[in-house]
Amino acid sequence: MSLIAQWRYASLQTLPVMFGYLPLGAAFGILFMQLGHPWWMALAMSLFIYAGAGQFMAVTLLANQAGLLEVAVATFMLNSRHLFYGLSLLKRFKGAGWRKPYLIFALTDETYSLLTNQGKQAQGPADHANAWRISLLNQLWWVLGTLAGAMAGALLEFDSRGIEFALTALFIVLTLEQASRLRQALPFVIALLTGLGALILLPEQNLLLGAIGAASLILLAHYHWIDRSQGSR
Amino acid sequence: METSTLLIFIAISALATFATRVLPFIALSRHADHPLILHLGRYLPPAVMMILVIYALRDFRPLAEGHMNMTPNGLPVIIASLTVVVMHLWRRNALLSIVAGTGLYMLMVQLGPVDVSFTAALAPVFIRGKAGGEKFGYSK
Repeated sequence: MSLIAQWRYASLQTLPVMFGYLPLGAAFGILFMQLGHPWWMALAMSLFIYAGAGQFMAVTLLANQAGLLEVAVATFMLNSRHLFYGLSLLKRFKGAGWRKPYLIFALTDETYSLLTNQGKQAQGPADHANAWRISLLNQLWWVLGTLAGAMAGALLEFDSRGIEFALTALFIVLTLEQASRLRQALPFVIALLTGLGALILLPEQNLLLGAIGAASLILLAHYHWIDRSQGSR
Repeated sequence: METSTLLIFIAISALATFATRVLPFIALSRHADHPLILHLGRYLPPAVMMILVIYALRDFRPLAEGHMNMTPNGLPVIIASLTVVVMHLWRRNALLSIVAGTGLYMLMVQLGPVDVSFTAALAPVFIRGKAGGEKFGYSK
């Protein structure tokens, strides 16, 4: 594939994320500007923090003049579901060289979703390059959205109410794709149990971490169970 | 708040976020081929996708004060979600499923349920201004 074809391929894959990140990034930009800080601070946050929910929480923390330790702990806790994302990409990112730090840095929910849903993916360097392009484009949409929100938020004429549903739709499509590829009910049953359980038992800010953490633990137990029933490997 | 304080705030927030993403790679880099890691790599992504769907639909409230709830957390979210599922099982085109579901969702959220005439349903979603909602008696 030529360079242009490669970027076109990657941008097609990120289109649904674009529909979600542009309006959500803009929402963040608008929200941030209400604090009365300079616009480039919003840009810096989208460039260097790059976490949807994390940045919205940061606005709240800023508005409430939270202490720096509180900021560190709250941000870490909110994003700690990412711990589990890395687990399933350890092998995939191996040998990614200079791209690896950015691949890890840019591992949002949406990027993780796209990267783990590529069907028959290329191996090695070609895969790393494509993953890198996807990661970079996703952050580009987020940063562009932030800029649009910060610069011209109130002036936007376009009635975009509801466009953030694109991310929900993306997750639904990716779940269906995963199901048709795997053809096993196990992870989906586990997700239903932990997801609905967390919905009932946990406050909203701990919902994702609780569900993903519990799902990881169940998979761990499942591994030990089949490991034992198959004898030593 | 001073600029330097803000910059420190951003730096700490950035470091804490990056820490959650990089820790597994630091702690477990030598075990990337361990069967347990491969097991998680196989089953965790589909489980996470499904959990993200559940999370995205967490505010689903079909009824509000005894009426059909047509606000963003009501029926539109479930109708649009089902549309995405059906479209995707039918055509297997990710972008098409997402655009169809999102377009329908925007239409429902922006117009509301009342007297959505056939022409209104056909009107392009993207040029509809705020006046559209009032015209169809759904300013509330």
